[in-house]
Amino acid sequence: MRTPGVRLLLLAALGAAALLGGCASPAARVRPWERAALADESMNPDRDPLGSALSEHVYFSRAAASGGRGVGGSGCGCN
Amino acid sequence: MVNARKILLPVLCVLAAAAMNAGEAPVSPGALFPGLAVDGITGGTVPATKGKVAIIDFWASWCAPCKASFPVYSRLQDAYAGRGLVIIGVSVDESASAYSSFVAKHAPSFATVHDSRHLLVGAVQVPTMPTSYLVDRSGKVRFIHAGFHGDTTEREIRAEVEQLLAEGPGAP
Repeated sequence: MRTPGVRLLLLAALGAAALLGGCASPAARVRPWERAALADESMNPDRDPLGSALSEHVYFSRAAASGGRGVGGSGCGCN
Repeated sequence: MVNARKILLPVLCVLAAAAMNAGEAPVSPGALFPGLAVDGITGGTVPATKGKVAIIDFWASWCAPCKASFPVYSRLQDAYAGRGLVIIGVSVDESASAYSSFVAKHAPSFATVHDSRHLLVGAVQVPTMPTSYLVDRSGKVRFIHAGFHGDTTEREIRAEVEQLLAEGPGAP
């Protein structure tokens, strides 16, 4: 015999399972053939090497953290 | 007291069903390649593949290795077409203009079509771009090349094509 509380709990569990089941779906994954926008040159963070070098220079001059963006750097202020 | 088994059982069933239906299985060696005559195939005529060895290559204009693969597939088409090889390049571009301008620029000697609705590529579930499927005379996928790695891929495909062409229609 199921009490209303148990039924409610059962329904809630089923609802949660259905929602979690949606997480198992690959629908949210960008499939290989749908990556046109990701392959666009504008998505390349280093598409302008000169601009990147300039902003990197400003960054390490201000933050005293040469190389702090990507590689091991100092932070000692001696650059 | 709530009977935990009565709750857990349906929960597990739902999760199992969701996991099973999570997506279509990718085409793998030994499976029959799906029919090419699906909705949304535009931009060219699909050549007959019955009784022939076929290479079905999925490419896109935004994919650099795909661009590198075009001269190779053109060479293969020229070398083996007379012996029964058919190469079909299936574009997965989102726009028809991107497809047609790429084809016009590279002028491949093999057939190309545009999977404008992504139904074919969705059925095949390619693992990466580009991916090519070598299909034997009976329509079975025998080899899959995920990605294109220049001379290495060309050498492998040539050897596989030679093998498939040497086989009769009744081969495995």
